[in-house]
Amino acid sequence: MPDPVVILDAVAIQRALTRIAHEITERNENSAEVVLAGIPSAGVPLAQRLGAILSGIWKHPVPVGSLDISMHRDDLDHRTAPHVHPTDMPFDVNHKTVVLVDDVLFRGRTARAAMDALNDFGRPKKIQLAVLVDRGHRELPIKADFIGKNVPTSLDETIDVLLTEAGATQDQVLLKKK
Amino acid sequence: MSWTKKHLLDIESLTADEIITVLDTARGFKAVGERAIKKVPALRGKTVVNLFVEPSTRTRISFELAAQRLSADIVNFSAEASSFKKGETLKDTALNLEALNADFIIIRHSASGAPHFLTRVVDAHVINAGDGAHEHPTQALLDVFTIREKKGRIAGLNVTILGDILYSRVARSDIWALTKLGANVTLCGPSTLVPKTFEKMGCRVTHDVDEAIRDADIINLLRIQHERQRKTMFPSIGEYTQLFGLNKARLAKTRSDALIMHPGPINRGVEIDSEIADCGRSVILEQVTNGLAVRMAVLFLVNGGKAPSEVAA
Repeated sequence: MPDPVVILDAVAIQRALTRIAHEITERNENSAEVVLAGIPSAGVPLAQRLGAILSGIWKHPVPVGSLDISMHRDDLDHRTAPHVHPTDMPFDVNHKTVVLVDDVLFRGRTARAAMDALNDFGRPKKIQLAVLVDRGHRELPIKADFIGKNVPTSLDETIDVLLTEAGATQDQVLLKKK
Repeated sequence: MSWTKKHLLDIESLTADEIITVLDTARGFKAVGERAIKKVPALRGKTVVNLFVEPSTRTRISFELAAQRLSADIVNFSAEASSFKKGETLKDTALNLEALNADFIIIRHSASGAPHFLTRVVDAHVINAGDGAHEHPTQALLDVFTIREKKGRIAGLNVTILGDILYSRVARSDIWALTKLGANVTLCGPSTLVPKTFEKMGCRVTHDVDEAIRDADIINLLRIQHERQRKTMFPSIGEYTQLFGLNKARLAKTRSDALIMHPGPINRGVEIDSEIADCGRSVILEQVTNGLAVRMAVLFLVNGGKAPSEVAA
């Protein structure tokens, strides 16, 4: 098996998040309306990092929540039951622009489930999607609004996002051959 | 983190890891119950049958709500108003339910092993909601969930189960779950209802109630199961209350942070003083709330309970 390729290192991840944060500010003029919702597990620390950068730019705290999508998956019949993570949405989503944050955009099924899960909390004014890596192979008509890096992949490759918050020694995005 | 079982039949065959998986999953489902919209689509299109051949309020309603909150369709079946009265066997009833495409059968039956029998005749997921004096696995899971939530851990805690152990399926399931997770379990009650043979399950047996509850972190009370006792196991209810009932004087001699649990239905004035049942140290109603979350978790997990080889990559 060939060695995994580092496609983003710690500096590049930080730079990508900073750029995404600036793109979010360009797209959303009313900063008071913006809230972030990370999709567990890796989306949650990414959302927190984005929230910190945005709070610095906007000079006010930006609410960050975590939105578990395991009960909204469309493949529950085809696999072992997924790990249910806590959902913590400490804000009202009504009339807000909710930026969903995930590590990798792949088939688009997670993003669909996340939009469904969000409906249980109310009716956001807008939903936007921010991802660290877009690896292609969509199975649904979904695209990201903010992308850290586009990585063309083949289906026999996997993308691993390692973050220090999850216990990794350093931030890294790896491309592996199965 | 692993769950590959298709059914939930007992606690005895679960690993500590599997029990923890249910508890962790239930935590997510408890949060669902606290939202404005208490429903998730996880079991949309599935049919759940509550096959209760023995009376129940809590467990049946709890499973019913659990299935509804997972967006499944649920049918309630009670022995009183069914063809059991006309002589139909359990096997035939189950086969008929399966012919109606039931995906889950939740069974309560007075015969130990009835759920295990069902798994041999039907293809549906089977969940044991209490079989004779054998096991009541979801009760044990909600008990350990409640203890973990309140105390932050299970291992090393002193748990005393007080009352009718011999005829109690709750006691057996609780003992399995608690000992697998590392708690120190003490059983107490009249010697006719708490035989020494229970020591083989890894717990301590005593007939001195004050000693049994003195160092307890958890006091779990059980009802006297009159319906299962073929002959009287102690002289009178009054004497039982006198010797083993939890009253104010006894409670005063326990640790101030000891919690009082009871699987219900409670018999006020028999195994527990009415005041104590309603006091701040009683978590009896929280057990009911947690039971709903645990049963949602169980339905969710067994639905995905496929052996790893059956799962497409």
